Amino acid sequence: MPKYLLLKHYRGGPEPHHPFPPMDEWAPEDVEAHMAFQRHVTELLEENGEYVDVRGLTPARTWVRYGGPDAAPVTTDGPHPEISDLVAGWWMIDVDSRERAVELAAYVSSEVGPGGEPLYEWIDVREVMSAASSED
Amino acid sequence: MIDEPTRWLDEGALRVLVPRVLAGLVRRGEDFDAAEDALQEALLEALRVWPEHPPRDPPAWLTTVATRRLVDARRSEAASHRREEATHAEPQPSVTEEGDDTLFLLFCCCPPDLAPASQVALALRAVGGLATKEIADAFYVPEATMAQRISRAKRALAGPPARRLDQPGDLAVVLRVLYLVYTAGHTGSPARVDLAREAIRLARQLTLATEEPEARGLLALMLLNRARLPARFDSEGRIVTLERQDRGLWDTREIAEGVRVLQSALAARRPGRYQIEAAIAALHDDTASAEETDWPQILAWYDDLVALTDDPVRQDPASVLGRAVAVGHVLGSAAGLFETDRLREVLGDRHRWHAVRGHLHELDGDLPAAATAYAESAQRATNVAERDHLVRQAARARAAGSARRAQR
Repeated sequence: MPKYLLLKHYRGGPEPHHPFPPMDEWAPEDVEAHMAFQRHVTELLEENGEYVDVRGLTPARTWVRYGGPDAAPVTTDGPHPEISDLVAGWWMIDVDSRERAVELAAYVSSEVGPGGEPLYEWIDVREVMSAASSED
Repeated sequence: MIDEPTRWLDEGALRVLVPRVLAGLVRRGEDFDAAEDALQEALLEALRVWPEHPPRDPPAWLTTVATRRLVDARRSEAASHRREEATHAEPQPSVTEEGDDTLFLLFCCCPPDLAPASQVALALRAVGGLATKEIADAFYVPEATMAQRISRAKRALAGPPARRLDQPGDLAVVLRVLYLVYTAGHTGSPARVDLAREAIRLARQLTLATEEPEARGLLALMLLNRARLPARFDSEGRIVTLERQDRGLWDTREIAEGVRVLQSALAARRPGRYQIEAAIAALHDDTASAEETDWPQILAWYDDLVALTDDPVRQDPASVLGRAVAVGHVLGSAAGLFETDRLREVLGDRHRWHAVRGHLHELDGDLPAAATAYAESAQRATNVAERDHLVRQAARARAAGSARRAQR
């Protein structure tokens, strides 16, 4: 069974379906509904036997590279830190097919947004490579 | 699976024997690393054999089996390593108290030059008797990673500590490790190994072996803090802050024990960090409602706490931040915010600093500023439950602020 990451982003990706403010500016009940939906997705995946992992990332990003011999590592928050892609977190799922992964991603994207309306958030679906060959 | 486990197969009861048996082996001169491995094997053997043949003297049984494993291991290594045989001839010391063994082993596991993560892992396995898999689960790392961390740490220890263990600094390291175990128990999900309970168990054993009031202070702090655990999350797993908790859910028995332990510690008149923090926790635990909180008294304890270090802003910023909250409640939020300003350089990028400022702004009735501070804090939180809580706080403060503006 293939594994997929359903990635959520803080920013980046295709043009949003509609603009929406940061969550701390939503009505409190919409915030609650949104968070309840996130928990529900995890529970659903667990019940289906499709759950592998769920993680969130903090938004702080540091790019690091080798500084060369006898030099400190070089760090930066990146070119265009305000607009570049920034992953917010993921569910890792173990499903029968790519179609199922897309179906689940679309469901995640229907999460509650401001005004109780679906958020239509873009979800980045990535297949996880397995370490060993599945065929002889 | 075993249908009818005997009394000794209760996992907890079996683990209680670990410090005593392991300390016995190490004291008679066995290598810590090898002795710990041998004992783990003996424990597995016990799980297999005891249901059919319960031993008359379980610690003696474990010691015998572990010793046999050690001899076997030594024999197989004999070709390459010639070891001193003298250590085997030494008589076993007389039975010591459980607490002494715990203290002795904790000292073995916590040499100051070992990294805290290794000290914690080693203490949980060698003193707590937890399996590597359980420790790995508790810290969200693969079992192989934890196994490697433990075996590297054990290699760094060469037998019993070389010097006498009566320096106050030694005990301070042990106490810090227990506190790390305790706090780690609060960041995982409830289904994991109960590290907080484990830390309390070890601290309780430790207090049997030392008169040092800080050991009792730490035990009291853990008990008084844990007593509030049932009220700390709602049924959806959401954080409930202290002032909103249902105090009827607090564990009054743990509070009573914590207060008793704290009083016996304070009676020694040698205050320290853990005793002071426990005293602050006790004041919260002792109050029937948030409005009745004795903030002046709490502030007085915080004054003592920050006085423990020469430069509290750099050396103990967390205490200065805690004190700022008390200052806000006693002298007004402006004074509290002023206190947090001193910490901007040190803690300005930490979520807790922003969360405290949000709280102080809210206390002041400045809801837009509170919302902004909570949102800043949420951006920096490193724990999902805390992040979600802070986003809620921000949204709540912002909505309440706009509602108030609309009324005017």
